[in-house]
Amino acid sequence: MILKGPALERLFKKPWIWSYLGTLIVWLITVSFTKGQGAGDIITAALSFATFTVIVGLGQMFVITTGPGNIDLSIPANIALSGAVTMKIMDGTNDMLVVGFLVAMGCGLLVGIFNYSLIRILKIPPIIATLSSSFLVLSTAIAYGRGLKVKPPPFLADFTTEMVYGVPMLALVVIGLAFGLSVVLHRTLYGRSVLAIGQNMRAARLAGINVERIRFATYVLSGLLASLCGLALAGFSGGASLNMGEEYLLASIAVVVIGGTSVAGGRANVPGIWGASLFMFLLVTMLNTLGASGGVRLIMTGLIIIAVITAAGGEKQQH
Amino acid sequence: MSTARSRIVDLKDVTKKFGAVRALVGVNAHVDAGECLGLVGHNGAGKSTLMNVLAGTLSSDDGVITIHGQDLAAHYNVRQAHRNGIRCVFQELSLCPNLTVAENVRVLHTALKGVGWKQRARRLIRDKLEEIFPGHGISTDDVVGDLSIGKRQMVEIARAFTVTTEPLHLVILDEPTSSLDGITAKQLLKHVRKAVSKEQSCILISHLLGEVLDYSDRILVMKDGEVVAERPASEFTRDSLVAKMGTVIEEGSAKVEDPAHKVRGTTPLMVRAQDKYQETGVELLAYKGEIVGLAGLAGSGQTRTLIQIYDAAIKGKRTEKTAVEGPVALIAGDRQTDGIFPLWSISQNVCIRSLKRMVKGWMIDPAQEDAMAEKWKNKIKIKTMNMDDNILSLSGGNQQKALFARALGSDAEIVLMDDPMRGVDIGTKLEVYELIRTEADSGRTFLWNTTEMEELNNCDYVYIFSEGKIVSELARDDLTEEKVLRSSFEKGN
Repeated sequence: MILKGPALERLFKKPWIWSYLGTLIVWLITVSFTKGQGAGDIITAALSFATFTVIVGLGQMFVITTGPGNIDLSIPANIALSGAVTMKIMDGTNDMLVVGFLVAMGCGLLVGIFNYSLIRILKIPPIIATLSSSFLVLSTAIAYGRGLKVKPPPFLADFTTEMVYGVPMLALVVIGLAFGLSVVLHRTLYGRSVLAIGQNMRAARLAGINVERIRFATYVLSGLLASLCGLALAGFSGGASLNMGEEYLLASIAVVVIGGTSVAGGRANVPGIWGASLFMFLLVTMLNTLGASGGVRLIMTGLIIIAVITAAGGEKQQH
Repeated sequence: MSTARSRIVDLKDVTKKFGAVRALVGVNAHVDAGECLGLVGHNGAGKSTLMNVLAGTLSSDDGVITIHGQDLAAHYNVRQAHRNGIRCVFQELSLCPNLTVAENVRVLHTALKGVGWKQRARRLIRDKLEEIFPGHGISTDDVVGDLSIGKRQMVEIARAFTVTTEPLHLVILDEPTSSLDGITAKQLLKHVRKAVSKEQSCILISHLLGEVLDYSDRILVMKDGEVVAERPASEFTRDSLVAKMGTVIEEGSAKVEDPAHKVRGTTPLMVRAQDKYQETGVELLAYKGEIVGLAGLAGSGQTRTLIQIYDAAIKGKRTEKTAVEGPVALIAGDRQTDGIFPLWSISQNVCIRSLKRMVKGWMIDPAQEDAMAEKWKNKIKIKTMNMDDNILSLSGGNQQKALFARALGSDAEIVLMDDPMRGVDIGTKLEVYELIRTEADSGRTFLWNTTEMEELNNCDYVYIFSEGKIVSELARDDLTEEKVLRSSFEKGN
């Protein structure tokens, strides 16, 4: 160990450190099993696939940070909708690229507004509101996206699979996105308001924060990011499919929690989202490499996630 | 040292550190059966820490804790404290807000079990509430979160005095009267004397020195984590207590003389409000530069009116009942639920209301944030080494100061104060009164909900609430305690 004393101690107090530590350990086990074969490829693959989890995880993180009860379950449906709609509109050519992107953002905006309206106007708890809206959104996607599979425009397909020195281009962009959102979270009025509301909604209102406007913006943000993910995923996997968002329901929540964001709200952690997404991917890779059967893989995934959360959650509530 | 009475608690050289802050520096104290021990000191003097150690909620770093003659320091905790008949009514209330009054009683008394426990819990707390606070108006099936802070405090106090299987020897009352109005506070203090006459003991912590002088047998004065004086209550006077605490106040300085002898109505009208449910009656008016008091029994509609004014200002919503000219800020008395952000530093807590003006481009300028925090740390004397420490590292009174800094440092022209001096010591109070007066003279308008006469004396004009309505108004020169009390009991029309 090069780091010593207080510096190391401070590092271990960061809630995100555990997800990176887990990532490293899982990678080492995998690589030692394959005797070093494909060590670099595994990292490249992890970065490629984790990117999509990071995009939706960031949105989910903002939602969860606004306080207990806030969650967005419409992410998978949103991914499916924006994938289907944009692929059909762009119809495999580069001509409609900008329009496609704008339409994707439009989908996200609408889903976000719809979610928030259910929560606010009909006073439905977010967990039910976003779940029921996801059925509606998915039905729309099915109705619209019926028929043949459309290939993504060449530019989008290239961009989402482009490598820069073995690092996926898209991952670099999303690292930038995460950095940007980290600044938003800590250094802008919006971000501070999100953190304040998550700690104490009543106090936030009395401190002059427009609570409902911030919650609205947050659900819209999550919607936008999920739609962005749908667009990128469709480009990456050669076309949209209606079930391509499925795995991101639990994944988006899991990376938020493993990444050290407080489920009770008010404390968010952006670097942790990346660490946790890499960890989740490498964990499955490791279990595959070790030759675990489907059942064992699920059990191990569950147990290891619990272990990481326990380790990361060791941080005591300050009183 | 022979003791005629049996000694319940004996603390020797108890120390406690929080990081670099020495909260307790070798404290010696004892409590005998059948006495009321008064405990006074400034915010951060270590009173609450000492009581937390005694109640078992904090463990001491060093020292001897002897309870009923047994040394328990090594493995002392809340269970031990309860088993030995020591109960504590904390300054930060400790009831579960999602449970009913009766269910909260069950939380303390594990003996209430089996068929019909709820019925027994109801009877237990109802009888005790009747005994201590006759006419309390609390139903045992009320959910605690729905009760006003005053009523929650009454439930918490009554619960501490209930007995099932475990004995009751000592009740610690940490600022018990700060959320109660004058009448219920008297009822409680009377009950304390009654309990003492039955060989039970109490520790009474209060910033209202009159209470401590009148109702304690012996008084302990703490300063900077040490006991600096201990004498029978009869040997102290208000002045000698204050002197021991370390503040010198001149006689009568709590009553500020009217500097410019303002004439009402010569400055612009800032706030006009009538209670939402009020059909007729007095209308609340506040002119620029005035300090307007909202008086009456606790929970008579003062807080609701303040929130109504606040909402009207925030939403820019002007109704028939409310009109507000200018930005507002609110200082909450119930700081746990309405005030602080527990995950944040002191600095972040102070600056949240003023972030808008610190934005450069898109981002908040950290330098301006630090500057504001530092400025108010000095101006209002927040007792901390570092404004970047967590807000909860401060004592209750200092947390309240941070909330004052948040409001006074903002751009608000109208400051609404909802009984903001709960748990604030007398020295700080005088500083804050002074600050409020200066701010008012420079054109800020204050609306001040308070149940303490001393604070009403600082107001230019006072409105008195009863049963949700404003029943009368008094100019500063006409203000007397008797008039306020009489109006407080007036039936609303």
